[in-house]
Amino acid sequence: MLLNQFLFLAAVLFCIGVYGVLARRNAVLVLASIELMLNAVNINLVAFGAYRHNIAGQVFALFVIAIAAAEVGVGLAIVVLIFRNRASIALDEADLMKG
Amino acid sequence: MFFLKNAWLIPAIPGACFFLILFFGKRTPGKGAPIGIAGIGLSFLLALGGALKWISWGADRHPVDRHVTWFKLGGITVTAGTHIDGLALMMLFVVTFVSLMVHVYSLGYMHGDRRYTYYYAALSLFTASMLTLIVAPNTLQLMVGWELVGVCSFMLIGHWWEEEVNSAAAIKAFITTRTGDVGLMLGIITLFFAARQTFDIETLNRLAINGQISHGLLLAGALLLLLGVIGKSAQFPLHVWLPDAMAGPTPVSALIHAATMVVAGVYLVARVYGVFITGLSIGPLGNGINALALIGGLTVIIGAALAFVQDDVKRVLAYSTISQLGYMVMALGVGAWTAGIFHLFTHAFFKALLFLGSGALIHSVHSNNMSDMGGLRKKMPTTFWTFIVGSAALAGLFPLAGFWSKDEILLGADKGGYPLFLWIGVIGAFMTAAYMTRACYMIFWGEYRGEGHPHEAPPSMAWPMRLLAIGAVGAGWLSAFGIHDFPTWVHFDVAGVTHEVVHEYAFSLPLATISLAIALIGIGVAYGYYFANKGPHGLTKRNALAHAGYHFLEEKYFLDKLYINGIIRKIQYPIARGMYWFDQHIIDGFVNGVAFVSRKVSGFVYDVIDQKVVDGAVNGAGFTAEESGGLLRYIQTGRVQQYAAVLFGAAALFGLILVLTTA
Amino acid sequence: MVAQNVVFGILAAVMILAAWRVVTTKNVVRAVLYLVVVLAGAGAQYLLLAQEFIFVVQVIVYIGAVVVLFLFGTMLTRAPIGRDVDLDNDQKWLAALTALFLVGVMVAVLSDAFGNTHVNANGIQRTADVGNSMFSTYLIPFEVVSVLLLAALVGAIAIARRD
Repeated sequence: MLLNQFLFLAAVLFCIGVYGVLARRNAVLVLASIELMLNAVNINLVAFGAYRHNIAGQVFALFVIAIAAAEVGVGLAIVVLIFRNRASIALDEADLMKG
Repeated sequence: MFFLKNAWLIPAIPGACFFLILFFGKRTPGKGAPIGIAGIGLSFLLALGGALKWISWGADRHPVDRHVTWFKLGGITVTAGTHIDGLALMMLFVVTFVSLMVHVYSLGYMHGDRRYTYYYAALSLFTASMLTLIVAPNTLQLMVGWELVGVCSFMLIGHWWEEEVNSAAAIKAFITTRTGDVGLMLGIITLFFAARQTFDIETLNRLAINGQISHGLLLAGALLLLLGVIGKSAQFPLHVWLPDAMAGPTPVSALIHAATMVVAGVYLVARVYGVFITGLSIGPLGNGINALALIGGLTVIIGAALAFVQDDVKRVLAYSTISQLGYMVMALGVGAWTAGIFHLFTHAFFKALLFLGSGALIHSVHSNNMSDMGGLRKKMPTTFWTFIVGSAALAGLFPLAGFWSKDEILLGADKGGYPLFLWIGVIGAFMTAAYMTRACYMIFWGEYRGEGHPHEAPPSMAWPMRLLAIGAVGAGWLSAFGIHDFPTWVHFDVAGVTHEVVHEYAFSLPLATISLAIALIGIGVAYGYYFANKGPHGLTKRNALAHAGYHFLEEKYFLDKLYINGIIRKIQYPIARGMYWFDQHIIDGFVNGVAFVSRKVSGFVYDVIDQKVVDGAVNGAGFTAEESGGLLRYIQTGRVQQYAAVLFGAAALFGLILVLTTA
Repeated sequence: MVAQNVVFGILAAVMILAAWRVVTTKNVVRAVLYLVVVLAGAGAQYLLLAQEFIFVVQVIVYIGAVVVLFLFGTMLTRAPIGRDVDLDNDQKWLAALTALFLVGVMVAVLSDAFGNTHVNANGIQRTADVGNSMFSTYLIPFEVVSVLLLAALVGAIAIARRD
């Protein structure tokens, strides 16, 4: 297996995630796109860990997963709060900082 | 020897008194007068001591010099100090004595005056300056004293300066003598270089007499100094200030304008006589006329003539002083050095006496004019007798002082080979006797024409007059026939010169008799005209020529008019007009132009620069900020995803750049 | 190794398709479900690279917890279950452009850097090894992450509670 195929896969997933972050209106879907990006990063890490026969790739990926989970928790709490205050989670309507 | 060595005390004490009176006078009882009298009394005693020492020294007496270095300037050292010889001691004696008499007299005369203390301060300063002048060993110190006495004269003439006539007289005196002082300064400088760069008078005299200075230089120096003498000693043509100076208080006139300051010029000539005698070729080697004698002679006649037409008693005495100064200068001009100095000596006594007497008259009659007096001989006996003594001395009557001194002048003119000046002297003697008789008649005989009750002078005024009268009587005997005391003590000689420079002539009985006769004739003529009312009275009213002559005299030969209209106005007014034109057109034009330009510039700055450029820039900056803000506002949408888009895009771009630059 | 490549190929295609659907579908719930597919596919990739522990963790944590969270979030924010009004905002094309640009750059760089490198996944990285290194070399990050999780927990509660 070529290393590059994993890396390309990760790159493509990352960029799809980028598109999702930039283009989606729903805040929950933005968070989902962020998850996509994080997974792409994980794939990268694990691929390199396997290539270098280093356990660090895996360990790092584990940490990323832990952090991603924490982040999703907090992020969704915020989204729920926004929804509670504004009755809508369309991000392009949250332009209070418009200036 | 103490007195001779420490003669510097004599000017120093009145100088110190000046400061004392100025600073402390008002607070002391007596308002400063006791300080002044004490000071001058002390100086008089010192001068007397010096004179007695000089007299008793005997034949080997010689001048005593004391110096301190005054300043050094480029290789030249100028000293200040004292040079004491017979001439100096005689002058010191005269000045301190007359000044003491005037100080005492002023107690009565200036009593209650508005500026009593300053008067005494100025008197002290004047005395100190005159004494400095007298003892000066070099021309520079002499000039310092000369200028200072000029200033003090100004101060004292204008003592009552609230009246404009007084301040005008003071200014006239100062400016006229100043005009002469130009010559004095130039003369001093010329002689400085002539004497090989020294100011010392002894050296100058020696070099001049020994023929070590070129004749032309000596002539120039003598003529320039003569100019100063003409101004200060009121010779023709700069005599015009002295009659006007009578506007000052009478004691001032007695001190300054009779006995001391005006003789400073004569003293200068006597001191630097070596220059004059060689420069002007005075003496038997001369050709019968020289500038000094001529000026003196003219002054004798001119002054005496004007004394006839005065109503103010002080003016009579002023013109008389001018005339007598002319005698002294003439005497020096014909080589009769000792005669001229002797006349200075005697004149100081009787002229001061006459002035103090006139002061007593003015004080009691409250008017200067003789037409307000008359018949005062019974009412003011002391004044009468002292005035008569003074007048007789002035007229040259035997055996009073004036007789001897005037006689010596005539002798010197005759024997010295100056017949012209002998005649002038004789005519002058005639006129002197006549006008003094006129004055005495108008004051003391006849009916009293004034107002109020004339009273005798108080003792403070009477005693100085009496003492001066004694001097007027006795002073002449120092150089009478057979007595040669005065010439022995006071004669002109220069250290290092052995041959006799000036000649002394023995007393000549014929000439003395003739001069006495002339004087008596003068008295007789005047007596006849005034007392006995004979002669052509009212001539000036009937005869046009006589009237014109009288008018000519009354207008003082139109000299004042000439000076004021002819010289001063012709020079002053065009200059003043020119200056005014310059001020109005050029200076004001410049100022106005500057103002105009500044207004235009400021207008331009306001309109163009401030309104358009600066405001434009400011407004433009604001507009730019506003517009750019408006544009930038579109970036800040408040939408997070837009920010994220920009972020990712920029990151991608940077990554590309990084890759491209490092790959 | 053809079998691995084939499996990889199939997995990659499925993942990319699912990811594409995550970001383009108009149904929120369906997007989340497509996300599940992607996550599972990622786990399979780990297995392909002989990293067993992380495969397990991926499945348990991501699919088991995170996706559930997402569904809860969807529910709590009243997202419409069915078709929704446009879920894309109006910078769609700009976003697409940015993403394409980014992928272009990355692919170019990667292909330039790792042209023909092969990865040999024969050695299994055992769980025991992971545990060993976790508790020796990476002890501190481990502890920090635990504190982080605590903070996230407390924070989420603090933010979202009703008071």
